[in-house]
Amino acid sequence: MTAQDKPSGGSQIRLEHLTKIYPNTTAPAVDGVSLTVEPGEFVVLLGPSGCGKTTLLKMVNRIYEPTSGQIWIDDTEIHALPASQLRRRIGYVIQQTGLFPHMRIEDNVATVPKLLKWDRRRIRDRVRDLLELVGLPPDEYARRYPPQLSGGQQQRVGLARALAGEPTTMLMDEPFGALDAITRTRLQDELKRIHRQISQTILFVTHDIDEAVRLADRIVVMREGHVVQFDTPLEIVTNPADAFVSDLVGAGDVLRRMGLITVASAASGATPFQETEVEEHISGSAFLREAIGRMVESGTDRLTVLDEDGRPISELTMDDIRRAVGDEAAGEAAEVDSIRSADG
Amino acid sequence: MDLRYLRENSDEVWAKTLEHLSLSLTALAIALPLAIVLGILATRIRWLTAPVVTTVSILYTVPSFAFMAFLIPGFGIGRQPALIMLVTYAQLFLVRNVVAGLKSVDPAILEAARGLGMNELQLFWKVWLPLATPVIIAGIRTALLAIIAFATLTGYIRAGGLGEIMFAGIGRNYPSQVLAGVIAVAGLAIVTDLLLRLLEQFTPVARARRAS
Repeated sequence: MTAQDKPSGGSQIRLEHLTKIYPNTTAPAVDGVSLTVEPGEFVVLLGPSGCGKTTLLKMVNRIYEPTSGQIWIDDTEIHALPASQLRRRIGYVIQQTGLFPHMRIEDNVATVPKLLKWDRRRIRDRVRDLLELVGLPPDEYARRYPPQLSGGQQQRVGLARALAGEPTTMLMDEPFGALDAITRTRLQDELKRIHRQISQTILFVTHDIDEAVRLADRIVVMREGHVVQFDTPLEIVTNPADAFVSDLVGAGDVLRRMGLITVASAASGATPFQETEVEEHISGSAFLREAIGRMVESGTDRLTVLDEDGRPISELTMDDIRRAVGDEAAGEAAEVDSIRSADG
Repeated sequence: MDLRYLRENSDEVWAKTLEHLSLSLTALAIALPLAIVLGILATRIRWLTAPVVTTVSILYTVPSFAFMAFLIPGFGIGRQPALIMLVTYAQLFLVRNVVAGLKSVDPAILEAARGLGMNELQLFWKVWLPLATPVIIAGIRTALLAIIAFATLTGYIRAGGLGEIMFAGIGRNYPSQVLAGVIAVAGLAIVTDLLLRLLEQFTPVARARRAS
């Protein structure tokens, strides 16, 4: 299911023949990219460093100016607006957080509302709501300063600050790249939850394929300034456009593949029995690898799939997994075995 | 220590101390905005950094008596040439620290501020300058102490201040009078230093740092 189906508080972003050539370089960093991101969609830009993903992202809020081409947000070409006015409508989160260390958390979060000249009461309410939303109780955190917070908490503030002006578009440049694995996973889940709640359009840069698969409605795979593939995570993992994408996402390795396909995307969609005798269940956002593990442990071949609120939404069977992993699975599994025994 | 002159002429010494302070603060009031403008230019326009910093360094190496002698044909004696010299010497400490302060601010913070929609003026006043203030205030402290010291020498060209007491004492070969001037200048320098150190504690950055 893509985001088009959801009620949306997001903008459409349309890139047309977008090219960026940095001074004193010959190869374009971004080379004639055209693509459309639908309102409310969560799109991840994925690729190795130097592939142009960050350049592409930062042209949308005019941190960088394109050499040629156009960027439309809904019906506005972004260069028709003053840069500062455009940016107040776009949330912006960067890896280093960029929090203002001399301002209290509440003042950091209030940055854009103040620029938009909201009245004081509205700003105060907005700040409290946002701190609640990102899991930082305002009574405890509003009056603190950024250096008093952990890295994960700082990025929560960064997220709240980016959301404060009620933007319809969010740009996120490897926002969780500097966090430890546990904190990163937790923040990914919360970002997903917030996105479901607010449905802004999100462009999110990462080089981490696991992160891309967890978060994205669709993934843009980039290489040397070009878009190599623009599709759902499942399609990219199961039908990579070429050898580059296949390598990048580790599509050839069955175990890797099962680690990339979520339970929700693999489940056949059959509605589970309401009074089910199947005891074993698994979260829809878990990966197939965990599902296999659960099946092996419990000796069952079907699991009830739960949504984030713990309600059963569908059922996952061994057949579903086999289908999701693909036809070559059997052959490749054998190959993995033979490599293993060769190693052993 | 012969404190006779200080005891017997305390009114005069006090008046000259205030004059000295007024001359020094006037020089700082002119020097600081100039240094901030130069510092911003040197920071924003990268190729200007080296020439600007080098120029203020070279100006500082001009010996003070030569500097005064150089100014007299054009500006005569008194407060005006004294201010020119003090403002020039202060640039070294001020410009150097304004540049260092502005450059010390994490570029990611500035990018975030721009990305959130601050224009260049808002960015400068709300984020860039406040974060640079600790380093800039340290520069102001050094600069003001240098100004107070050099303002003693400008007593020689009748710019007022404690230098006049000292040079008069030297002329009369009266050590007690010289000592009175020395003590007053030292006292002024120490008090100024303490006040500025106190001021540093009230910047937003210092407040945030104390909290954490």
